[in-house]
Amino acid sequence: MENKCAIEMRNITKRFGQVVANDSINLKLYRGEILALLGENGSGKTTLMNMLSGIYQPDAGEIFKDEEQIYIHSPREAYEYGIGMIHQHYKLIEVFSATQNIILGLNDGKMDLSAAEKKVKEICDRYGFEIDPSKKVYDMSVSQKQTIEIVKMLYRGADILILDEPTAVLTPQETNKLFKVLKNMKMDGKAIVIITHKLHEVMDVSDKVAVLRKGQYIGTVNTSETNPQALTDMMVGHAVSLNIDRPKYAEPKKKLIVEGLTCIDAEGIKKLDSVSFCAYTGEILGVAGISGSGQKELLEAMTGLYPVKEGSIRFINDSGSEVELVGLTPKRIRATGVGMAFVPEDRLGMGLVGSMGMTGNMMLRSWKNGRGALLKKKEPEELANRVWKDLDVVTPGVNYPVRRLSGGNVQKVLVGREIASQPEVLLTAYAVRGLDINTSYTIYNLLTEQKMNGVAVVYVGEDLDVLLELADRILVLCGGQVAGVVDARNTTKEEVGLMMTQFNTSGGAHE
Amino acid sequence: MSTLITLIVAAVTFGTVLMYGTLGEILTEKTGNLNLGVEGIMYMGGAFGLAGAFYYEKAAGAAASGPLAISIAILSAFVAGMAASAIYSFLTITLRANQNVTGLALSIFGTGIGQFVGEFMRVSEGGYVALSNHLKDAFNATVFPSFFINIPVVGRIFFSHTVFFYLAVILAVLMYLFFKKTRTGMYLTAVGESPSTSDAAGINVTKYKYLGTTIGGGISAIGGMVYIMTTAGCVWNHEGLSGVGWLAVALVIFCIWRPLNAIWGSVLFGAMMIMYLRVSIPFIPTEIYKILPYIVTVIVLVLTSMKNSRDKQPPASLGLNYFREER
Ligand SMILES: Nc1ncnc2c1ncn2[C@@H]1O[C@H](COP(=O)(O)OP(=O)(O)OP(=O)(O)O)[C@@H](O)[C@H]1O
Ligand SMILES: [Mg+2]
Repeated sequence: MENKCAIEMRNITKRFGQVVANDSINLKLYRGEILALLGENGSGKTTLMNMLSGIYQPDAGEIFKDEEQIYIHSPREAYEYGIGMIHQHYKLIEVFSATQNIILGLNDGKMDLSAAEKKVKEICDRYGFEIDPSKKVYDMSVSQKQTIEIVKMLYRGADILILDEPTAVLTPQETNKLFKVLKNMKMDGKAIVIITHKLHEVMDVSDKVAVLRKGQYIGTVNTSETNPQALTDMMVGHAVSLNIDRPKYAEPKKKLIVEGLTCIDAEGIKKLDSVSFCAYTGEILGVAGISGSGQKELLEAMTGLYPVKEGSIRFINDSGSEVELVGLTPKRIRATGVGMAFVPEDRLGMGLVGSMGMTGNMMLRSWKNGRGALLKKKEPEELANRVWKDLDVVTPGVNYPVRRLSGGNVQKVLVGREIASQPEVLLTAYAVRGLDINTSYTIYNLLTEQKMNGVAVVYVGEDLDVLLELADRILVLCGGQVAGVVDARNTTKEEVGLMMTQFNTSGGAHE
Repeated sequence: MSTLITLIVAAVTFGTVLMYGTLGEILTEKTGNLNLGVEGIMYMGGAFGLAGAFYYEKAAGAAASGPLAISIAILSAFVAGMAASAIYSFLTITLRANQNVTGLALSIFGTGIGQFVGEFMRVSEGGYVALSNHLKDAFNATVFPSFFINIPVVGRIFFSHTVFFYLAVILAVLMYLFFKKTRTGMYLTAVGESPSTSDAAGINVTKYKYLGTTIGGGISAIGGMVYIMTTAGCVWNHEGLSGVGWLAVALVIFCIWRPLNAIWGSVLFGAMMIMYLRVSIPFIPTEIYKILPYIVTVIVLVLTSMKNSRDKQPPASLGLNYFREER
């Protein structure tokens, strides 16, 4: 059966000043189909979709719905055409309940919350969502918030749904749940676009894949007739290797010894329960675990950002003497040589100033080293240029405000800066979240390079396949406890997966 | 016993002034606009309220009716407050000037205008501006018949107040229902929490911000008028009014932005403010009494931020201007 074309975009062009974000793009969305939109960071995916959701207007080109030309001037008009978009940053009122958020801005006569709640329940039952309509948003997890956004669109009668990197902040379990409802919606005849950088998700959920490269439309292929390697080549424009080589460092030495580390949060719940391990120079120590098993607390405790109840973290100098890190301020710990590239969910929130360019942001980290009252611009500028080149940051120049960069490029600046500060211990969490596949591999290679320079790297990751290929050893956390440390070269995904859910009794293991 | 009752009645009288100031500022802040000009707005309300009633009486002579004079005073104060806040709204919402700076400027501007109008009336009317006793009584009359007031204890506590007190309580309840039950109230709250979200949902952010700040300013201004007409005895008195607006701003925090709390909160603050007049304890300087409300506000602030409950926080976008194009 041939599906009906819901939306057609013809020769769409969009410029931001000197940046051409979309260059004469053609795209067709069909009902009853999931289209994956693929492209490197800054290739113009979000921009293209924002023109369907009424946030931007195209500079040139036409949009058709059911073969009729339409003009979408605002998000409100997009709703009227049945187009709903779920953005990378959710648009929700924190102090409102789920239902209140869903009906916000709708003018359908008298306000009747209980009737609305009933309708919300109906939609949830129909597609298999699980939400409590009267729960306040500030009490919700990221995935619940996302669910509300989707229900909000459905409530408004959207039959064309666009999801911008919905899985970037979800755990694998939550992702599976999302995909299940997406498939239900597809069966219901809706047209769905999903933007994601994770190729296995593309293979798993989509029917077709459209690829953009540097603002240009490359083509559309059927998912069943392609594979991750071919898609990557299409995205990047030349053949790339999706292998991480894992050289062995000649003489690993102990760099960091963690012993009996216990942390308790404000509510009195044990987040870390006598965690002990060693990190070696010239080694990547992977940290695996279901999200919320204590990864965040572990890294924060190691950098002095989270209070430690008991235990010790000892840093070993080149001379062999030990420095106790527990009790030191974050600044002192950093001075000792422990650097952290922690990539938070809110990228601009942590350590980047949106209105400054790359150079300015590099300077934020290095100004303390300078002498005298005047700023020295040369060094940070060189650094900014290096990060720009090495990580292929898509920006017109190192002084262009980072706020205007695409999501993934903002992140490159953050990660690049941390690595460039040349720490002796490098802690990273979700360093590739939101990064395209090619850049992800660039980051993996950079980490490996750091390791071969004798840095002790601790890498917290979500993707087990990557951990197994990248790390030398893997520390598995489960409910705040160490479930074990395995040699990454001689283990399997199944073994690690099993360890991650080992202690079923402890609360943190279920999410 | 009777001293205590007298104290409570006096606290209610002064509390009524605060209640208007606070309710108005709650409405303003709920839209995300922090208007620090309440002090100036209340001055203007006082001066224009008095002027309205005074010139009305001058025109009508002995035939002047009490209820009409009260309505005119309320209306003049309200319009003056709205006009003052309209300047603030234009500067902060349309021109996106800094809210704190604009508010402070309005505070200075408003006290100046208030003084000017008060003095102008005094000079042009030959030295003394006051309403006739007939109208003074109308402004200070109790609403309930003496039968209620004579009920022992509760009679005076609940039934001996002026119409302004009961109107303020009704206003507080109406505002509560407005935020809780109506769509407009919900949208207004949404605008104060996150203008960008509201905008994306198709709500006219500018309209709601203008409505909230101007009506809020009008309500605050009524408080100034009530002070002049009740406590000050229908004569222009800038001394007594000074600081009341700032107290109202503090009270908004104390009430954690909930109109119903303003009812008992303002009576409590009123009590703290008049204590030094009525119950002086020898060694405690009066200044200590006067800062009591502010100390209590600080304690409330500390307590609510310690509990860290999202329901008790200020509107999330309070003090921030909204630009749609900003990425
Ligand atoms: N509002 C804006 N102002 C200026 N430049 C912009 C704006 N929005 C997007 N751009 C630029 O347009 C280009 C495309 O950005 P877009 O956000 O569409 O990329 P993307 O494909 O979604 O990338 P990512 O995978 O990193 O999210 C980028 O170079 C970005 O800097
Ligand atoms: Mg994007």
